[in-house]
Amino acid sequence: MEAAKVRIALTGKPNAGKSSLFNHLTGLNQKIGNFPGITVDKRIGFCQLNSHTSAEIIDLPGIYSLYPRTLDEKIVTEIFSDQKSKLYPDKVVLIADATNLKNCLLLLTQLIDLKIPTIVALNMMDLAAKSGLSINVKKLSTSLDMPVVMINARKGLGIFELKRVMAAPLQASKKSVFQIGDEIKSVVAIIKDRFQLATDYEAYHFLQQIENLVFLAPDQRAFVKAIAKEHNFFPHKYQGAETVMRYGFIQELLTKATVKASHRDWKKVSHGIDRVLTHKVGGYAIFFTVLFLIFQAIFAWAQIPMDFIDTTFAQLSNLVAKELPDGPLFELLSQGIVPGIGGIVIFIPQIAILFAFVAILEESGYMARVVFLMDKVMSKVGLNGKSVVPLMSGWACAIPAIMATRTIDNWKERLITIFVTPFMSCSARLPVFTILVALIIPDKKLFGFFGYQGLVLMGLYFLGFVAAILSAWAMKFIIKTTERSFLMMELPTYRMPRWSNVGYTIIEKTKTFVFEAGKVILAISIILWVLASYGPIDEMNAAKEIVREEAAVLNLPEDEIQNRIAAYKLEHSYAGKLGKSIEPLIRPLGFDWKIGIALVTSFAAREVFVGTIATIYSIGSADDQPTIKLRLKNEINPETGGPRYTPAVGMSLLIFYTFAMQCMSTLAIVKRETNGWKWPLIQLAYMTGLAYVSAFVVFQVMS
Amino acid sequence: MAKNVAEMLPGETAVIAGFTDEQIGLKLLEMGLLPGTAIRFNFTAPFGDPVCVSASDVDLSLRISEASTISIIN
Repeated sequence: MEAAKVRIALTGKPNAGKSSLFNHLTGLNQKIGNFPGITVDKRIGFCQLNSHTSAEIIDLPGIYSLYPRTLDEKIVTEIFSDQKSKLYPDKVVLIADATNLKNCLLLLTQLIDLKIPTIVALNMMDLAAKSGLSINVKKLSTSLDMPVVMINARKGLGIFELKRVMAAPLQASKKSVFQIGDEIKSVVAIIKDRFQLATDYEAYHFLQQIENLVFLAPDQRAFVKAIAKEHNFFPHKYQGAETVMRYGFIQELLTKATVKASHRDWKKVSHGIDRVLTHKVGGYAIFFTVLFLIFQAIFAWAQIPMDFIDTTFAQLSNLVAKELPDGPLFELLSQGIVPGIGGIVIFIPQIAILFAFVAILEESGYMARVVFLMDKVMSKVGLNGKSVVPLMSGWACAIPAIMATRTIDNWKERLITIFVTPFMSCSARLPVFTILVALIIPDKKLFGFFGYQGLVLMGLYFLGFVAAILSAWAMKFIIKTTERSFLMMELPTYRMPRWSNVGYTIIEKTKTFVFEAGKVILAISIILWVLASYGPIDEMNAAKEIVREEAAVLNLPEDEIQNRIAAYKLEHSYAGKLGKSIEPLIRPLGFDWKIGIALVTSFAAREVFVGTIATIYSIGSADDQPTIKLRLKNEINPETGGPRYTPAVGMSLLIFYTFAMQCMSTLAIVKRETNGWKWPLIQLAYMTGLAYVSAFVVFQVMS
Repeated sequence: MAKNVAEMLPGETAVIAGFTDEQIGLKLLEMGLLPGTAIRFNFTAPFGDPVCVSASDVDLSLRISEASTISIIN
């Protein structure tokens, strides 16, 4: 028997348990892609439904109805409105929250009218029972004319039965919920005929929201607009009537299929928690305590695995250097590739811990309260309460954070959020911070409890945050808009995070980092090694003789001579020349040409700093590689004879890295999200300018 | 002059009469806040804005400017 393949879309309102179900169905068999033309994450997973049917499962963003508010939601409307699309699903699984069935069914009735074969997965029956609600599933199923399967997405119950129903042949429901009014029947018929559409409701949607249906050619959209105008089709008027009609159907259905006892005790706990977490004073105190804990945790917990990774890769590099014969290719391996990979792996503990916290806050429902708490303050500086989530994700990585701004429906607020998010210190800055802070701040404790190093680190994060807020506030006055801003958001009931979902998030984000950012980091490490190892042939060949002549005069020991040769070679390599050429520009900040090399490479991705510095300082001491931190500590400033990394230089570097826009991937994503080079270029100029000026001031004041 | 949700006190319950803003009204309708639905004013955020209301079995957060477009009968 030939294996059958079906495409199944997973949809439902936000917080109904969609991602839990998706994870249960597909396990780790998932991949993230982009929807064609746009950068909304498309989560696709594969699932073997039975011995001869496999399914491709698309996880769609959560929506209430086919009338989208945000960019994320537009994808869903597009997919369901374009029956000729390659992504058009064979079947849909609508996940419904049994405790709030009414709101979940609005979308369902729209799918019924689009004649899409649909299965209802009825989730959270246990909570519904606690609230005194019983649902007659059989009656619900016959009234809707479609299968209804009870599941518990948190515990993974009912998945087996759901898979069986998903594999079975499925007809679209024969019900029809929305009756198109007589006065618009003729215009709907014109559209249906012109575009060869399968249902009246699809044609009606073309009329309702032609602006959102970007799969149609511009002339097709113009045609629909002209027809709508000619026939006096007023979208808002009909949309309101449609929603009311649908709820009429839903109410009637629920009256038949549910029995409800009138108590909502189970929500009392959630409301009680809300009283504490959104308290005038306590609410903010708790929020900032949570933030503080996250930072202390990242610094303290990640340190152990990071030190371990650092030492392991240093040893590995030594081992490779010792065991393999001499030769440029083997040197590339031991000095370029192995430390390069080490520079990627070392991030994993921090990214994992940060995303664990973000996922827990999201899963528990606390994140929505943070939006609630911060909206007033945020709107004062031109942002939206919803900007808090992208800004906080910005601490992990600006790329997913900027993509997360798609939940903000107002263009101005979204643009400002995108613009200031890269100021939030991302995890790529963390290694730079960690190394430099450890180098220049003593490892002592304030009141025997708060580490100075942790406090300075938190201060740097705070500085980035302040820069973000002040920049947002300035932009509020610069950008003009007439678009209205909304908050309107559901506050989900508090619940324990589902730990496997947290796990999936960690794996997903870490994987994205390792394979996306990792590619760039590794490539740059290799290029850098080549640049630092090679230079104009004459100068490189002359190195030995020049140094030997000097040595003969000074009567130096042999290993000192070797080090001097290496240093001479580095100085005259291509990388050295590059660093030297920008030295005049960065000298006022306290940086030398070696740091200059690191700054240049950091413009591709700032995390390269540590790797670059490691590569530059390791050349010449290949058979005894200390850890990166030790190398920095031992670096001498030839002009003063003291250490290179004085507190002034260290602070200047830290400030520079806090403000500067040094991430090609972020610029690329901003370009995609704002449809042009204008904003990323302004962002690059503004952030780098601010970084330069601030670092200049810090260095001049401190030295 | 009809009252609106922004004028309610914490703990107060009322019935939704209608919406004075079309754009906001359509979104609230979709979330199940139909005219005739009971609405409860739960609490406000620390600076009095936004507010949390319950209607149709959901807890919603609304800005005062949004809440004031929902007219009520009580």
